[in-house]
Amino acid sequence: MASFAPASGFAASQRARQTANFVLFLGPALVLLALFFVLPVIVDITIAFTDMGQTLRVSEFTTKNFERMLGGDRRLSAALGLTLIYVFCTLAVFNVTFGLVLALTTTAIPDRVGSFFRAVWLLPRMSPSVVYALLWAWVVDPTERGLLNQFINGAFGFEVYDMMNDHPLMLIVLANGFIGASMGMIIFTSAIRSIPEHLFYAARADGAGGLHIVWHVILPAIRWPLSFITVYQTLSLLVSFEYIWLITNGGPFFDTTVYALYVYQRAFENGQYAYGAALALVLVVIGIAAALLMWRFMDMKRLLQQPRIEVQ
Amino acid sequence: MARIELNSITKAWGDVVAVEPTDLTIDDGEFVAILGPSGCGKSTTLFMLAGIYAPTGGEMTFDGHLVNEVEAKDRNVGIVFQSYALYPHMTVRDNIGFPLKFKDMPKDRAAALVEETARLVQVEELLDRRPSQLSGGQQQRVALARALVKTPQLLLLDEPLSNLDATLRLSMRTEIRALQQRTAITTILVTHDQIEATTMADRIICMSKGRVEQIGTPEDLYRRPDSLFVAAFIGAPPINLLPGRAAGGGLTVGQTRLALTGEAAGQTEGDAVLGLRPEHLIFAESGIPGRIDGIEPMGREVLYRIDTPLGELRVLEGSAVPSHGVGAAVHLRFSADDSLVFDAASERRIAEVCAHAPAGHDSMEQRQHA
Repeated sequence: MASFAPASGFAASQRARQTANFVLFLGPALVLLALFFVLPVIVDITIAFTDMGQTLRVSEFTTKNFERMLGGDRRLSAALGLTLIYVFCTLAVFNVTFGLVLALTTTAIPDRVGSFFRAVWLLPRMSPSVVYALLWAWVVDPTERGLLNQFINGAFGFEVYDMMNDHPLMLIVLANGFIGASMGMIIFTSAIRSIPEHLFYAARADGAGGLHIVWHVILPAIRWPLSFITVYQTLSLLVSFEYIWLITNGGPFFDTTVYALYVYQRAFENGQYAYGAALALVLVVIGIAAALLMWRFMDMKRLLQQPRIEVQ
Repeated sequence: MARIELNSITKAWGDVVAVEPTDLTIDDGEFVAILGPSGCGKSTTLFMLAGIYAPTGGEMTFDGHLVNEVEAKDRNVGIVFQSYALYPHMTVRDNIGFPLKFKDMPKDRAAALVEETARLVQVEELLDRRPSQLSGGQQQRVALARALVKTPQLLLLDEPLSNLDATLRLSMRTEIRALQQRTAITTILVTHDQIEATTMADRIICMSKGRVEQIGTPEDLYRRPDSLFVAAFIGAPPINLLPGRAAGGGLTVGQTRLALTGEAAGQTEGDAVLGLRPEHLIFAESGIPGRIDGIEPMGREVLYRIDTPLGELRVLEGSAVPSHGVGAAVHLRFSADDSLVFDAASERRIAEVCAHAPAGHDSMEQRQHA
């Protein structure tokens, strides 16, 4: 048996090395995941079952937050419905569709011009959100000084238009959409760029016109980026509310109070931390459910399988 | 099926001229190869014919119709790319049928045409597969079928064989040629491989640095190259090029003096280059002395590298077994009929060498100035 000793020593060192690799490669990601996702969710769940209020004191563990959500909160269903419409419209009109249009047009025109326009569309992302919000406040200002009204009222002589009061939902969709579309634009642009040029040549020689090429060559080739952007942007629209908060602050009345903003208001503006935590928990559940559903229906699993690049 | 005419067609990107003004006529049903090294403008020319690139200047006509402004999709041109460029998400059937989508054609007629074309290139068994499930040769056939399905008036082949292995290339060469003869579609093949060009094409257009060097049959290009470039580019193993001097109706290369004939012969003065094909140099009792430096058996023939006072010469001997060993001292002769003389400055062929020498063909006007 002695002759096998070196071999088992080798096996042992192999195992040690595997453990070291595991810690080295997965460790950082696991630590971050634990710190910024698992831990907050645990804290959130814990607080959701307390009566924590403005004083941060916990006097009892209770389920009354959930009872309130199920029965007594009239705002809740309204906020959920509004969120659904807001996320769907922003996603369908801007983050996916308009992002795709931007990518298609900026890759179709000469490179330099295309890069310029993409840079312009990225500008709002680079500027502080407060500045972006202030610009929107000026754009929709309900007096003749507002940018929009300079056209509607000043140039065409129509009545002054007050978007913030008349169509607040449209305003938050526009404001989030114009900044959100640039993400899809970037991802789709790089995906379109990675399509072999000869495929376009072949399609043209085969008799395909511009829209045919989009439909038959580009869209199938960027299927995975499209799915990715849809899933990713759905989740990010569900939880983000900074522009809404800055531009309309959920108003007028509660007309633009999306769910995430509602959670924020309950917890931090009304000081109902425990109730806010319980509300937030629903958002986590909705997010996970939405992600899993889209994962299933868009066949995202295949995206994570072996590379599907064709080597020419 | 069309007669193609190019009238001083040129293409430039900014200051970079890819194709100098070029005139070409390709007859209906002809198979023409555009041959040249990479970067010579051959693919650019092809893409201009396809309508993918717009020419910077000149006129291009198909059957007398000006097509400069006609978009690629309306030219009815079939094209096969080096990368095949099959649509990866479509089945073979959909790939072949794709060009028919844009024609006014009943669905069942289109489906029948796809089957028929698939049979023509022998991929009828593969119709429901995707390109990623095909071998290179099969992809190549599908690409060919896609180009042929709409019966194009012009078929363009952009280095279609260079991604295939050697055996497959050989059989595809024959097949494409046979297919072209059967369908009689005007075909232009772009290639850097002279064997492909000479074996498949009726005529070869040899290009270099954006210019047409010579247009002719494969035999023309081999036996009567117009320029040094063509002489050096065509032929394997390559031609021997020896620097010399032309004066007084003769050419001196090293110690050897040759008489020049032809109209230009008398006026030719100055540096010249003598071109000798390896198979035109033969071992003899006397002539250019040399020593064998290396031997490369090539199957049917043997290639010698021979060190001579004129420089290293490649000599091809038509026998399977070498008749001489490395280090052997030999003498080489050549028939003046077979030699090509080029002007060193203009790189054009200047004169016939003793094509009609007074003393007859057998007399080699070679005098060793001992």
